[in-house]
Amino acid sequence: MTRIRRIAESDHFSGWALAFPAVFLIFLFGIVPIIWSALLSFQRTNLLSPPQWIGLANYRALPSDPLFRQSVVHSLVYTALFVPLSVAGGLLAAVALNRRIRGIVLYRTAVFVPVVLSTIATAIMFLWLLDPNFGLINFLLSKVGLGPYGFFDSTSGALYSIVGMTVWGWIGFDVIVYLAALQGIPATLIEAAEIDGARAWSKFRHLTVPLLGPATLFLVVWSTINALQLFDEVYFLTRGGPGTATYVVVYYLYNLAFAQGIAGYAAAIAYVLMIAIMCLTLIQLGIGRRWVHYAS
Amino acid sequence: MTGDTIPEAARLPRRAGAGDAAGEEPRPRRQPREDGRFLFSPWHLVLIPLAVVMLVPMVWMLVTSLETLNETRHFPPVLLPHTLAPGNYAQVLRQAPFARWFVNTLIVTVATVAGNLLLCAMAGYAFARIKFFGREVVFILVLATLMIPFQVVMIPTFIIVKHLGLINTLGGLIVPNLAQAFGIFLFRQFFRTLPVELEEAARIDGASRLGVLFKIVLPLSGPALATVAVITFLYTWNDFLWPLITIYSPNNMALQLGLTTFEGTHQTTTNLLMAANVMSLLPVLLLFFLAQRYFIRGIASTGLKG
Repeated sequence: MTRIRRIAESDHFSGWALAFPAVFLIFLFGIVPIIWSALLSFQRTNLLSPPQWIGLANYRALPSDPLFRQSVVHSLVYTALFVPLSVAGGLLAAVALNRRIRGIVLYRTAVFVPVVLSTIATAIMFLWLLDPNFGLINFLLSKVGLGPYGFFDSTSGALYSIVGMTVWGWIGFDVIVYLAALQGIPATLIEAAEIDGARAWSKFRHLTVPLLGPATLFLVVWSTINALQLFDEVYFLTRGGPGTATYVVVYYLYNLAFAQGIAGYAAAIAYVLMIAIMCLTLIQLGIGRRWVHYAS
Repeated sequence: MTGDTIPEAARLPRRAGAGDAAGEEPRPRRQPREDGRFLFSPWHLVLIPLAVVMLVPMVWMLVTSLETLNETRHFPPVLLPHTLAPGNYAQVLRQAPFARWFVNTLIVTVATVAGNLLLCAMAGYAFARIKFFGREVVFILVLATLMIPFQVVMIPTFIIVKHLGLINTLGGLIVPNLAQAFGIFLFRQFFRTLPVELEEAARIDGASRLGVLFKIVLPLSGPALATVAVITFLYTWNDFLWPLITIYSPNNMALQLGLTTFEGTHQTTTNLLMAANVMSLLPVLLLFFLAQRYFIRGIASTGLKG
């Protein structure tokens, strides 16, 4: 009896008892699937009939798969546009919003609100805003003699339209992170620069931007990870189209696994995506370590 | 991966009332307003266009949701409807199982938030305060799952949920998300900032670990609880890919998925589509305005969006 009580009161028991439910769920839905996915990627399987081991064949097939190559290119183009535009836009907006003037709370709220909107809700708004026939944007463009443009319906413009829409949806996130970082900059530093006669631009370029380095690194890494996982907007707005103009990696992967039932090949793509994301992150952190100055 | 950035960014502010990023709190007195009472700051010339760009898509959705069908089928667009048509909203509720989707989403979201608060707080407390066998290894494994893209685990998770008989049920949306690694991490970091003496005193008085957690630690953990609740709410309410995979019958859909099927059948009745969209946004917007501080802190500290 006392022995049972001693076990029940030991730190090993109480620690595991408290942690177990959450750890079990994360094990079952987080860790087991990672290993399972790796196994799937070496199989030919549609999840229904018995799988067949094919070694590295799924990975070997990737480089010569035209649709995979297109998807990779589209994902990279999207990421190369989305990350700099949203991070730089967020920086400029945050600097503009980092002051105490009348109405600042309203300005900030306007920039923050899109952050909480779902990808689908945002896509529905932009579908209408960018409607080829009745859209508000085409109306405004017609006032200056441009358009009408097809936007999501246009082969050449669909991917860029998605870039524009997602920058709108994400910029508030970058602003939140930058504002938090800006308010951590000691006022004495700024005052010292002003006493030294620094002009606004040079203050921004040589003081603010370097001091925001850690925030920028975080945002670049995080935006890249998310940009490479673009899916919802493509699924909802274009289904990879027109033609294959907006096929991106995750949309292709989803289509293979859940529309065509080619799960093994899809798992291989997921693994390639994960490794690509990890490599890009490490590269960014490596470059960041060289350029970013951490105070204290 | 993001290991270098997460701990720094996830540091929870210890002061409950300091909404650093929110901007409602006055900053220290030594910084006067940049525009005097009658002076017009030139920054308004930058900020007004910015605010217009951010607000126009939302305002245009709201305006369209109150227009008649004929007004939406008009070019140039009708910027101000002649008569408001709030009947659009009632019509959405009649034409789609919209109320059903709403209730489904509410059930899934509330259950997921409650599960995360309870399970992640318990695990976070164990990782923060109790030295148990395997603690470090397990914690690192939990953190590692934060860095795995969902697409990698999506296919096997689908198979597991299928074996559990939860495909096409609300349970299938809830169970895999009941405990998230980021919640454990956030709670652990927060608990470690609390003074340990109070807990030790209670332990000496004979309180159990669970008793200490619920009676002493959690009452002091308002900011952490609010942050996890708000972020889990946002994530669950807005999630799309997982419901897309698991749910196929309209009656079991959550809002985001329901909206896409609604769009499929109402492409030409834009006013109804916009009304549906407005309704889907209301709870998130309401929570945003009620708990803006925690939203902003949570978003800044977890990097969560959409």
